[in-house]
Amino acid sequence: MKRFIGFIKKEFYHIFRDRRSLFILFGMPIAQILLFGFAITNEINNVDIAILDHSKDATTKEIINKISASKYFSIKQMVTRETEIASVFEKGHVKAVLNFEKDFSKNLIKDHKATVQIITDATDPNTANTISNYVNAILQQYQKELNKDITIVYQIVPQTRMVYNSELKSVYMFVPGVMTIILMLVSAMMTSISITREKELGTMEILLVSPLKPFQVIIGKVFPYIFLSIINAVVIVMLSIFIFKMPVQGSLFLLALESILFIISALALGILISTISATQQTAMMISLMGLMLPVILLSGFIFPISSMPLPLQVISNIIPAKWFIIIIKGIMLKGVGLQFIWKETLILLGMTIFFIALSVKKYKIRLE
Amino acid sequence: MKTILYIIQKEFKQIFRNKGMLPIIFVLPLLQLVILSNAATFEVKNIKFGYIDNDHTSTSRSLIEKFNASTYFDVLTDFPSEALASSAMLNGEVDVILEIPHYFERDLQKEKYTNLGVTINAIDGAAAGVVNVYISQIVQSYNQHIKVGLLQPSDKLVQPISIDTIPLFWYNETLNYKTFMVPGILVLLVTMITLFLSGMNIVREKEIGTLEQINVTPIKKSQFIIGKLFPFWVLGMGLLTIGLIIAKLIFDVPMVGSLPLMYVYTSIYILVVLGIGLFISNFTETQQQAMFIAWFFTVIFILMSGLFTPIESMPKWAQMITEFNPIKYFVEVMRMVMLKGSGLMDILPQLTKTLIYALVMNGLAVWSYKKTN
Repeated sequence: MKRFIGFIKKEFYHIFRDRRSLFILFGMPIAQILLFGFAITNEINNVDIAILDHSKDATTKEIINKISASKYFSIKQMVTRETEIASVFEKGHVKAVLNFEKDFSKNLIKDHKATVQIITDATDPNTANTISNYVNAILQQYQKELNKDITIVYQIVPQTRMVYNSELKSVYMFVPGVMTIILMLVSAMMTSISITREKELGTMEILLVSPLKPFQVIIGKVFPYIFLSIINAVVIVMLSIFIFKMPVQGSLFLLALESILFIISALALGILISTISATQQTAMMISLMGLMLPVILLSGFIFPISSMPLPLQVISNIIPAKWFIIIIKGIMLKGVGLQFIWKETLILLGMTIFFIALSVKKYKIRLE
Repeated sequence: MKTILYIIQKEFKQIFRNKGMLPIIFVLPLLQLVILSNAATFEVKNIKFGYIDNDHTSTSRSLIEKFNASTYFDVLTDFPSEALASSAMLNGEVDVILEIPHYFERDLQKEKYTNLGVTINAIDGAAAGVVNVYISQIVQSYNQHIKVGLLQPSDKLVQPISIDTIPLFWYNETLNYKTFMVPGILVLLVTMITLFLSGMNIVREKEIGTLEQINVTPIKKSQFIIGKLFPFWVLGMGLLTIGLIIAKLIFDVPMVGSLPLMYVYTSIYILVVLGIGLFISNFTETQQQAMFIAWFFTVIFILMSGLFTPIESMPKWAQMITEFNPIKYFVEVMRMVMLKGSGLMDILPQLTKTLIYALVMNGLAVWSYKKTN
């Protein structure tokens, strides 16, 4: 035991004496969460659009005013002919063109009906769809105003409640995801590198011939990183509470426990990676190339899992980050206790045990 | 010239002899391209939907039937009570709950007006907004439908005004997100591979000690850097080519514009990435440090590239930061050339910026590489 403590001490010294890495380790997650917390959003703001107004009458003017008054759009230019639209899109200055038909007001009075085309540059289909929906919503609203004197016979009026995020802030959606990704990648990367580094530099051999048992070596190597990751997690949670005003509806204690579980599972994944790679380069490429995009795309961090094709929904189940995102959203936003997230917790726990068991099995006491 | 050739030869051998790395460099990215491109959609569908029917009449049932018929909603559960419904919402079984009040049908016939409770899980705010629009559309159309069914002769009908919108999605009528995502994810993968490999390269030699051996040879700084860059450049272009073939064959991504233009741009773009990588490599002492820094920038480049979330929605200062993001330019150019058929003149701003970026980064890389400690 004394030997083991000595070994852990050595690892701590190792980390703390490398000031540069330490700075990177703590500075980067903070910089990232601040940056992404503010910058990443899937709503649209100030999208540049163009207008093609064939009638130029009072109604179209009013609609145009409504659109430019909204925070979603800013009207960048007026187009005079249909043929110009293509060149406007090719230059890439605007994302959408609204095309009002001729005699808009007149048609509205005479036929009770007038038409607008919402032409979007759908090379980015996700944004195009959102823009189209937003313009539609503004026009619907305007239409309602025009109709307010007419009583519509028989109507069911939905009373909508947006729960857990009544102001529809996208921060609530993205901060848990950013937190997960940072913890996952930093933890997995750190352990996989620190273990393979000893292998590559040849010092692993020295550790292996020491009286320390192999699992003691591994635990000793990982222990300081658990500590560091917990500090990282605490800082990130503090930032999300104080800077991004994320609520913690549930228990902070439970959040802490779940975070520790997730950190350990990421570290265990790191150990597993280090057992199958001979050099730091391989370890890093696996933990970066292998983990980064799958974690970003399949965890539900940005894209809703329920909209993905079925095979991908199935694959997403093996991404630990997916479960952790569900857990933190549950605790922080929904305020649930363990009785609602025990399933996700068990899955994470199972994955952790699996990673550890597999690494123990793959772990070689002898060097080739 | 001959010296450079030898260094290049050495680098290539090093890459191809590392059997553990080959699948990571070639197989992993392409596999991810094929699989992950399917994941990136903001479309909202398969909405998990539950309802509480307090009325149990034909009207309430036919309203629920409307939701059932919609392709957006997966009607899952009929909750007997509100408590059960909200607990299902808490553990994530449903995201939308419809509550039909008591006397729903009676009120509708008598008062011609009734409420309908809708609860939406709004953690994903943007998706919740879309769900709300879907729900009001369904209810609207149901309103129209009951009007016809329940209309009494005494009701005189005033025709309401309607503004019809016709959405037109240019360049991608079916809103197929894969045509956009496949090339985009390909760019991410090529960028990651080349950045990580070049970022680790020199620092690895430093750490192992072989850099010292090279430093005592008469090789010039620029020769050394070019020799280091070239193999990765070839690797990047090769990966991109295979990726584009996959994009065409598997995903049938349209390639409207000029492919040579795309290649010219890519060849400059990869230089930017390699320059960044070598610069990182020169400034760090261990591979660990180099990788952390490379990781830091990659995550920023990826998430702020405009590929997954729109750049226009970011605050102004964040948009300024994206000016330094090479991936942003690539995503723009790819979108313009491949999907819209823009020509050289249209992408000139991006091309110039990328070129300047490449010169600056590689200049820095050569400058920061010191042959003496």
